[in-house]
Amino acid sequence: MKSLNRVLVILLAVGMLVGCAFSGFAAPAPKVGIVFDIGGLGDQSFNDSAYVGLQRLANELGHGTRYVESNTPSDYEPNLASLAREGYDVVWGIGFLMADAVQKVAKQFPNTKFGIIDHGYSEEEYRAIPNVLGILYKEHEGSFLVGVLAALTTQTNTVGFVGGMDIPVIHRFEAGYKAGVWKTNPKMNVIVNYSGVFDDPGKGKSVADSMFRGRKADVVFHAAGSTGIGVIRAAEDHGKWAIGVDSDQNHLAPNNVLNSMIKRVDVGVFEGTKMLLKPGFTGRTVVLGLRENAVGLAPEKSNRASASATAKALEWAKIIARGEYVVPEFPADADKLYKK
Amino acid sequence: MEFLYFMADALATTVSLAAPLILTAMGGVFSERSGVVNIGLEGMMLIGSFMGVLFSHLTGNAWFGFWMGALSGAVVAALHGWVCIRHRANQTVSGVAINILGAALTGYLLRAIFHRAGQTEPVPGLASWTIPFLKDVPLLGDIFYRNMPPVYIAFIVVIVAQIVIFKTPLGLRIRACGEHPEAADTVGVNVSGIRYLCVMLSGFLAGMGGVTLSLGQLSLFREGMSAGKGFIALAAVIFGRWTPVGAMWASLLFGLADGLQLTAQNWGFTAIPREFLIMTPYIVTMAALAGIIGRSVPPAASGKPYVRRDGA
Repeated sequence: MKSLNRVLVILLAVGMLVGCAFSGFAAPAPKVGIVFDIGGLGDQSFNDSAYVGLQRLANELGHGTRYVESNTPSDYEPNLASLAREGYDVVWGIGFLMADAVQKVAKQFPNTKFGIIDHGYSEEEYRAIPNVLGILYKEHEGSFLVGVLAALTTQTNTVGFVGGMDIPVIHRFEAGYKAGVWKTNPKMNVIVNYSGVFDDPGKGKSVADSMFRGRKADVVFHAAGSTGIGVIRAAEDHGKWAIGVDSDQNHLAPNNVLNSMIKRVDVGVFEGTKMLLKPGFTGRTVVLGLRENAVGLAPEKSNRASASATAKALEWAKIIARGEYVVPEFPADADKLYKK
Repeated sequence: MEFLYFMADALATTVSLAAPLILTAMGGVFSERSGVVNIGLEGMMLIGSFMGVLFSHLTGNAWFGFWMGALSGAVVAALHGWVCIRHRANQTVSGVAINILGAALTGYLLRAIFHRAGQTEPVPGLASWTIPFLKDVPLLGDIFYRNMPPVYIAFIVVIVAQIVIFKTPLGLRIRACGEHPEAADTVGVNVSGIRYLCVMLSGFLAGMGGVTLSLGQLSLFREGMSAGKGFIALAAVIFGRWTPVGAMWASLLFGLADGLQLTAQNWGFTAIPREFLIMTPYIVTMAALAGIIGRSVPPAASGKPYVRRDGA
């Protein structure tokens, strides 16, 4: 019995040594964690796109990955902090609403790298948090293209826009969409409705129902997270068109989703993580647009617009990518394109 | 003229938002009228909305899902009845437990069956019904011409419930059990039986209210999608003074505030701040509860377990 014990002890010791040796040889794979916004995983748009980026980090680069969901805004800080405390090298906050939480937690964990989608801090703020990367998108550029498609598809000369919260990111969608519509036909009606939430599909359904039924709109673009799933359901119910956002949403209603304004949150998470892990990284904002292929239309198989409308939109895409036309970023600037 | 179109549009939105409230509130009326408080309506709605989506997903038949959602509400309500009627437990505590169970069970099953968090993929949903002869009627036609089926079902249920409770022998027995179960018992009414029936009916209707959210308005289940509507339905029961028609009007009032608030932007009517419209129904409810709109008296034996003198 005693000798058996001794053998076990020796085996254990050898095992531990071997284990240490192995971990010493191979540099440990970086660990990347993301904290989802309230819309949550399964919103078929914003958060799901971020998740694709996380999966690519795991599959293509072999990073260790993990995600955490937020039920309320008060979860942001503890979620970010717990990932940092658990030794994740890069921690992402997915969404503008996490801007304050990321800033605060980044100060507490200066040795951890943080990324945030849809927010850029000021130069001065970055001095205090040199471990943070802000990713901004030119949503107005992609939204312009679906605006062109909407204007060339509508038969009632009335199109709609459903926004989630009344915040700068969503204003860019609105501005670009309006500009796309009015650059095509300056007399068209654009009905705008901010539902106030990103996570209430029922509300999205009611708002879009009213646009289709009451205002006789026949194309409605949404930038409203999972609230927008209700918009797509309304389009299906009324036999009209919806335009998806962030991810390719055609599968939600293949005959009623005209196209989707793709916002490659996955590109931001994937490329941003690589930037953050490069030695010598310092805090800054990166802006991604049509030129970087980070916004744009859905793949051709998910496009239901006519060939001529699609050709027109693609023509605009080239013009914008070349910088020959600057899409307005603020709704007030887009409104100037409208002619009574 | 534009304003009239706006009102018609807002009212159409109102009835579709009120339908789940009306159905659930009818459940609340039956349960409370028989003497059992049902705080668990919220949880029963949630379970109904999930089961509806599950069975629609499994069979591809939205109507089968609809009825299964309602039935699952009744099954959960039977549990509430068993705890409250058979074992005479505190009805509020049991109701709260059912609400917690509803949130936890649906969240768990979502992950276990659909392998995802947040919400399901779209499943077959209920297609809207159109009432052909209403199409050309102004205003009324705009509101009722085309709606999801549960809207029409809800109004039919209200009429039936009002007749059953106030015009039939069964209704008399139900009310007797809620007002004075001992008196009902002495004339040979099966108090426990009536209460079981009403509690299960309340679960059935709450389940139907829930599945209206998931398969009527939408075509998917989302975690916590009842979002307090079970409690609002309960407020509608009280506000409507425990009568089906009263509860219907209260539900419509709650729906109206939301309907106005959601459609106003589409029509450019933004003179009244949205926040004000959102809080209106709650202020009205509190006013009603405070007795400003007239006394609201619950059934005398509501919330009290019935114990026979002989202890049986």
